[in-house]
Amino acid sequence: MSNAVVRKTLISIAVAGAATLAQADVVIGVAGPHTGAYAAFGEQLWKGAEQAAKDINASGGINGEMIKLVKADDACEPKQAVSVANRLVDSDGAVAVVGHFCSSSTQPASNIYAEAGVLMVTPASTNPTITDRGLPNVFRVCGRDDQQGDVAASYIVDKLKAKRVAIIHDKDTYGKGLADAMKASLNAYGTKEVMYEGLTRGEKDFNALVTKIRSVDADVVYFGGLHSEAGPLVRQLREQGSKAIFMSGDGIVSDEFVTVAGGPQYVKGVMMTFGADPMSYPTGKSVVKEFQANGYEPEGYTLYSYTALQVAAAALQHADLDPIKGAEWLHTHSVDTVMGKKSFDKKGDLTVSDYVMYEWNDKGKYIQLD
Amino acid sequence: MDIVLQQLVNGLTLGSVYGLIAIGYTMVYGIIGMINFAHGDVYMVSAYLTAISIALLTFFGVQSFPFIIFGALIFTIVITGAYGWVIERVAYRPLRNSSRLSVLISAIGMSLILQNYVQLSQGPNQQGVPTLLSGAFRFHIGDGFVQITYMKLLILLIAFTGMAVLTYIIQKTKLGRMCRATQQDRKMASILGIDTDKVISSVFVIGSAMAALAGVLVTLDYGAFDFYIGFIMGIKAFTAAVLGGIGSLPGAMLGGIILGLSESLFAGLVSSDYKDVFSFSLLVLILIIRPSGLLGKPAVEKV
Repeated sequence: MSNAVVRKTLISIAVAGAATLAQADVVIGVAGPHTGAYAAFGEQLWKGAEQAAKDINASGGINGEMIKLVKADDACEPKQAVSVANRLVDSDGAVAVVGHFCSSSTQPASNIYAEAGVLMVTPASTNPTITDRGLPNVFRVCGRDDQQGDVAASYIVDKLKAKRVAIIHDKDTYGKGLADAMKASLNAYGTKEVMYEGLTRGEKDFNALVTKIRSVDADVVYFGGLHSEAGPLVRQLREQGSKAIFMSGDGIVSDEFVTVAGGPQYVKGVMMTFGADPMSYPTGKSVVKEFQANGYEPEGYTLYSYTALQVAAAALQHADLDPIKGAEWLHTHSVDTVMGKKSFDKKGDLTVSDYVMYEWNDKGKYIQLD
Repeated sequence: MDIVLQQLVNGLTLGSVYGLIAIGYTMVYGIIGMINFAHGDVYMVSAYLTAISIALLTFFGVQSFPFIIFGALIFTIVITGAYGWVIERVAYRPLRNSSRLSVLISAIGMSLILQNYVQLSQGPNQQGVPTLLSGAFRFHIGDGFVQITYMKLLILLIAFTGMAVLTYIIQKTKLGRMCRATQQDRKMASILGIDTDKVISSVFVIGSAMAALAGVLVTLDYGAFDFYIGFIMGIKAFTAAVLGGIGSLPGAMLGGIILGLSESLFAGLVSSDYKDVFSFSLLVLILIIRPSGLLGKPAVEKV
C-alpha cells in the first residue's frame, strides 16, 4: 500500500519534472466554469487572463520566460474543481492559478493548491471563508461578501428606507454566504427580514416562492445567487404583479442576466452591488481599448481576471518563479495593475474594498449609482 | 385566500407540464417495460428547437403571435418526434431481447449523448427567447389579487387539449387499440398480426411529441433554458409517472398535477427550502400504501 503511494508520488514528480523541463514556460492555470450554465463567467475569466498573458509576454514575460495558460474547467461543481485542481498541479505543472469562480469550487480547490505550494489568485470568489482559513497561498482581487452584504444592507436601510425585506438564496456557498452576510448587517442596523428562504439551483419555476414573497408584502427582495436563477426569479416576480425592488450581488454581473430574465423590460430597476466600475480606472484605459478593438467588451470579471494574472506574475517575478516565496512577497508588497495599486493583508484579502451600488436600466446595461 | 388561489394556479400550470412529460415515461414503460432516461433530454432538445423555430419564423417575417406559436408547435413536435423515433431505433431496438439492465445503460448513455451534443453544437451558455406574449388577467379578491398571465392560461389550455387528444387516440383509434394490445401482451399481439415494432416506434414518437409540447410552452413562459434543464425536469416527471402509477396514462397526468400542486402549496405555505423533500416524502408515502402508484395496476405474475 505505502509502496504504491510512494511509487505513484515518484512517478508524478518525474512527470511534473519532465513537463517543466520540456517547456521552459511558466504554466499558469485559468480555472473556472468554462462549460455549463455559468460558462459566461468562465469566458470573462479566460478573456481577461488571455489578454494579460499576451501583454506580459509581449513585454518580455516573467524574467524572460513566457507565460503559458492552461484552461481548467470546473463547471462550478466542487467535485470537478478538485479533480481539475489536481490535474493542474500534477500533470500540467502549474505554478500559479487564476481562479476559481464559484466560491464552492474555490474552497476545496484552494486546499489542493496549498498542499502543492501553488499560488492561487481568485478574481471573483467573494465568500469570506476563502481567505479566513488562513491558507498562505490564497489571494483575491475582489472584495468579500461581508463587505458586499454590508453595502447592500446600509443602502436598503439608509437610502431606500425599506422596512420589509425578503432574503432569498440559492443554498450554495456563495449565494447563501452573501445572503447571510447581508442578513447579519441588516439585523445589526435594526431591521428584521420578513422572509428568509432558499431556492434550488437549476430550476426555472419559482412561481410558488414569488407568490410567497407577495404574501409577506416585501418592499425589497434581496437575492444571494447567480444570474441563471435571478433572471427567472425577477421575471416571475414582475409577471405576478409584484413591484418590490429586486437587489442582488456580483453574481448577476453578466449580459446573460438580461437574456435569462426575458429582456430589458424585466431587469429594469434591478439593483446590484459590485466593485467600482473596473473599466473606470485610468490605469486600465489602454487595456480596455485593446479589448474593444478586438471586438470584446470587458464586462463583469474580465478585468479582475486580468488583474489576478498581473498579481500572480508580479509575485512570481519577484520570487524568481518560486510560488511560495511569491506568496510571502505579496503579503508585504503592493502591485500596480490595470485596476490601480493593489495590496493585500495577511489573510490575502485586499486592504481596500470598493463595493458600490449599480442599477440596471431599460437598455439592459448596469450603471453605477452615486 | 388570494395567496392560496395563486398557489393553486402556480401548481396547476407546473403540474400540467410535469404531466405532459410524464406521459412519455409512462407509455414507454407500459409497452416495453423500460425507463427511458433520455426522455428528459428529449424535452431539453425541444426547448432548443422552439428557439430555433421562433428565430426562423421571425426571419421569414412572421410577426403575429398565433402564427408563431402554431408554427413553433408544429416544427418542434415534428422534429422532436423524429428524435424519439431515431433514439428508439438506434439505442433501444438492437437491445430489445437482451436484459433490462443493458437497455437501462443504453438509455443513460443516450441521455449523456444528447446533453453533450447540444452543449457542443449550441454552446454551453444560458439561452433565451424574447417575450412574445405578455400581459395578465388580474382578479381582485378582498385586499389581495390573483394574477394569471396569458401565457399560463395558454399552457393550461394547450396542455389539457394535448392530454385529451392523446386519450382519444389511445381509447378510440386503431393505433390506440394496437398500442393497448401490445401493452397487454406483446407476443400475442404480434401473432395476431400487429406490427409491434411499429407500435413501439410510434409510442416513442407520441411520448416525444408530448415532451415537445411541454418544451414549447415552458420555453415561451420562462424564456430561459440551457442544455442541463432536462435533468431536473426529467426526474420530476419520472416521479410524477411513478406517483400516478407507471404504465397508466391517466395516472401520469394525475401524478403530474399532484406533484405540481404539492410543490407549490408546500413552498408557498411552509418553506421552499424543503419542497422537494416534501414531494418525495409524499411519493414514499403513496408507494407504501399503494405500491403500484395511484392508478397503476398491480403486476400480475404470468404463469
